This record gives sequence, C-alpha cells and structure tokens, in this order.
Amino acid sequence: MSRRAPVALVAALALVGCSSSGANDAGASLSASPPAATTTPAAPAISGDLTVFAAASLTDTFAEIGDQMMAANPDLTITFNFGSSGTLAEQLLADAPADVFASASAKTMTTAAEVVGEPALFAHNSLVIVVPKGNPREVTGLSDFANPDLKIALCDPSVPCGAAAQTVFANAGITAMPDTLGPDVRATATYVTSGEVDAALVYKTDAIAAGSAVETLTFPEAAGVVNDYPIAVVQGTRNADAAQAFVDHVLSPAGQTVLTDAGFDPT
Amino acid sequence: MSAPAGSDVFMTDRTRSGHETTSPAPRVARRRRAPLPLLVPAALGFLFLVAPFVALLVRSPWGDLGSLVTSQGALQALWLSLRTATAATVVCLILGVPLAWVLARTSFPGQNLVRSIVTLPLVMPPVVGGVALLSLLGRRGLLGSLLDTAFGFTVPFTTLAVVIAETFVALPFLVLSVDGSLRSADLRYEQAAAVLGASPWYVFRRVTLPLVGPSVAAGGLLSFARALGEFGATITFAGNFPGTTQTMPLAIYLAMQDDPSTALALSLVLMAVSLAVLIGLRSRWVSGLIGVAS
Repeated sequence: MSRRAPVALVAALALVGCSSSGANDAGASLSASPPAATTTPAAPAISGDLTVFAAASLTDTFAEIGDQMMAANPDLTITFNFGSSGTLAEQLLADAPADVFASASAKTMTTAAEVVGEPALFAHNSLVIVVPKGNPREVTGLSDFANPDLKIALCDPSVPCGAAAQTVFANAGITAMPDTLGPDVRATATYVTSGEVDAALVYKTDAIAAGSAVETLTFPEAAGVVNDYPIAVVQGTRNADAAQAFVDHVLSPAGQTVLTDAGFDPT
Repeated sequence: MSAPAGSDVFMTDRTRSGHETTSPAPRVARRRRAPLPLLVPAALGFLFLVAPFVALLVRSPWGDLGSLVTSQGALQALWLSLRTATAATVVCLILGVPLAWVLARTSFPGQNLVRSIVTLPLVMPPVVGGVALLSLLGRRGLLGSLLDTAFGFTVPFTTLAVVIAETFVALPFLVLSVDGSLRSADLRYEQAAAVLGASPWYVFRRVTLPLVGPSVAAGGLLSFARALGEFGATITFAGNFPGTTQTMPLAIYLAMQDDPSTALALSLVLMAVSLAVLIGLRSRWVSGLIGVAS
C-alpha cells in the first residue's frame, strides 16, 4: 500500500500535466484526427465542457449568451468564471483551465497575451454618474465630484473602470475627492445602491444592472473615454471548436443584441 | 471538570498535586522523542503550511524589492495596518476578557446559545460581516442613520470603521481562548481567595487574571494576527482609500489587479512583519506572563 501510493500519485500528476499543458501537441492530434472523418466541417457539432473566464461587468450578458448557445447545442455545458479582469489574467497565466477569456480592458488582455490567441474587440463601455434614487444631494455633473462634503465612490485606479475614471477627471481638469475606491465596478455601484455614497462613476451597463435603486446621469466628458472589451480563445483549450463558436456567437448579431440591450456600445 | 481530569491522563509523569496544574510541563516531558505515527503527519502538516510561503518567496521580485517595499503607498498601508490592528486588539482585550469570564464563571439561561453567537463571526465569510456592519452602522443602517441625523457623522469609509471591522472578526479568537482557559483552570484558588474575604472584583484581578494570563496573551496575539490579515469585512464596511482605510491586505489585493510584482513585494512585507510581531510577542510577552503566573 504505502509503496504503491506514490507511484499512483506520480502517474496521476503526469496525466494532469499532459491534459493541461500538452493540449497543443499530443492532445490536439489525438482529438482532432478521428472526429474529422465523421463530422461535417461546415457545421461542427459543438459539445462537451466549455469554461469561459469573463470580466465581472459581463456577468448578466454572458450568462444570457451562454444560455442561448446551450439551448442551441444540448450537449454543450458552459461554465463561467466571472471576476476582475486582472485576477482572471493572473489565473490564466498560472495555467487555470479555461477555453475563452473576455476582459474589460485591452491592458488585461495584453497581460494574458502569451496564453491566449488573437483577441477580437466585441463591445465598448462608457462611464456614467450614478446617484441613489431621488438624488438626495442634488448631484448635477462631474464637477460635484470635487465637493469634499459629498460621499463619493470611484473604482480603484488598478481596475479598468478606475483607470477610465482617472482619465475622465484628468481630461476635465477636475480633482475628484473620493471617500472610497471600489475593488471592482460592481462593488462601487453597490455603495450607491445601498445609499452609502452620494455619487459614483460606473459603467453604463452597471448603472442599468443596478435597476431602480439608482438614477443615472450622463455627462459630456465621458464621450472621449471608452473601455474596449476584447475576447480571445485560450491557447491551451481542450475544446477549440466550442471555444471558437462561443467567440463567434458573441460577435454575431444575436450576441451583439444581448450586449447592446444591456447598455454596451457595439463595436 | 472533565478537562483537568483529561489532561492528567496525558501527563502521567507529573505530580497531581493542585499547585502544579497551571505551571508549564516539565522539561523532561517536552524533550520526549515523538513517535513515528505522530512525527510523520506533524512534518506533513508543517510542510503543508510552509510550502506555499516558500513558493511565494521563490516567485518574489527580489531585485526590485527595496524600491517596491519602501514606496510611500506601501509604508502608508503598513502603518495603517499596524495602528488599526493594535487598536482592534486593545478593544478585543477590554471587551473580550469580561465576556469570556461571564461565559465561563456564571450560568444563565441560553448560555450555550450566547457562546455559539460569539463564535459566529469566526465561521461566517468576513464579507457577510462587512454587510452586517453596514446594515447596523451604515448611513442607512439601524444605528448609523440615527448617528447621521443626530450628529451628521457616518462611520463607513473612516479609520474607525477599519478598527470596528477588525474587532468584529478578531474578538471571537480572544473570547474562545480565554473562555476555554477559564473553564479548565483550577477553581480552588478563586474559592480560597473568596473564603479569605476577597471581593469578586479583587479575586478577578489578583487571582483569575494572573491564572489565565498566558491564554489572554495568546488570545490577544491571535486577535492581532487576525486583525492584521482582515480583508473582506474591511473592504465591504470601511471601503478602500489610501491612508484612511487601505490596509495591507487591501493594498495587496488591489496591486494584484494590475501590478503583481508589487503585490508579491507587499505580501513579503506583511509576512515579515507578522512573523516578527508573532515571534517577538510570543517569546517576550507570553513567557513573561507564564513566569508571573507560576
């Protein structure tokens, strides 16, 4: 028993190592040759498991796009891992098992560049001002963010929505006086929903997702600052057909409709 | 009463006279060689805990460490962490020792329920603790809305909120540690003091507290360590702003978003400081109190 256990462990580790890192050479040739003879190349049947790593701001839209795909392909199971783009990029670099990566900024996609294929832009997002329902402190525009008497939330500059906010304030020549810097855009929006702050800068999509608990104000200074959303197939994917199909679906009219309905600007 | 009996079973080479019960185990017992069935899992357990940190050390950006660590943001976060964790520990001691005493030395209906509730922050995800604190002390919270209308004062996004969040998650560690020690301590000293005419308050200060001093110190140490590493409740309830509420764990998490090498460097600093504090306090403070107690 005790002597065999390490052998089994080594074998198991070797198997895991093959399936994750060796997918491009040995694994790919194994899976590619037999199905190529049976399936029609025009409409490959998409099946199996697909894991999509996507930015937190895509939570609702990608879930809907995933449901559309799974409805059309009953043998396909899509699992999402939503999180901050930076965290997801780090996980990908550490060989996390993923097939598709959709991030909320070109910068985080560049971080993951060595483990993903050629990225494609699929959406843009712009910033809006959100205030609690009823706008109790009568916020009217970006200049109110310089008022130290107001409770203000922005995203932390280390995450895409915070970097965009920094650019907006720099362009407008306004020194913002935030009380807190949210770790991601959803957390920042939540402070407005719960009434803890008087105003925040978040993406248009998150303002819409926050529903009737908030009011949205657009401001002219937002026009020049949009966030690009790139999507790419992860190089180590074990389900390349499904991964590419997912990317194609996001870029298709059906996928784009889901995104624009949620407040994203089309590409 | 079952706990002291149990410890006697394991310490067969010790005298069973009452005055030995609270003194440290004799040197002979400590130097005993560990049997293999204990040594192997013990070594594995230690490896399990230490290996990830070794990997962290290997991955760390040693070349830029100096500049990353001494950056103004890093020092600011470290200083804030040390101040808030110390404040939280003091609050834990002031509130936690009496709470543990009441749990261990009195009896009232629903005592076990109270004991369970005290440990609730220990098992709940800290983020839930943060949401709970917001529900109570937030601007629209039960108490927070009163504070806001009466004094125009709001707790979230202040350094006070950081201390409150850290105290909330750290207090159970102190209460559990002291409560356990009080319940297994020998009651005869306290009874003797009471018989000799000491008031309950005098007995608590001069007999009970020195008796459980080491576990108060150990509990305080645990609370400090827990407060120093607090993340979820802090970022939810106190928010994140450099100099005011951005403690080391928050700074590390946010650096991880776009600058992993800074995050690793900050982690090293937090590790080094925590280790130094834990070793330092353990050797000086705890052993000092053991000396007083015996």
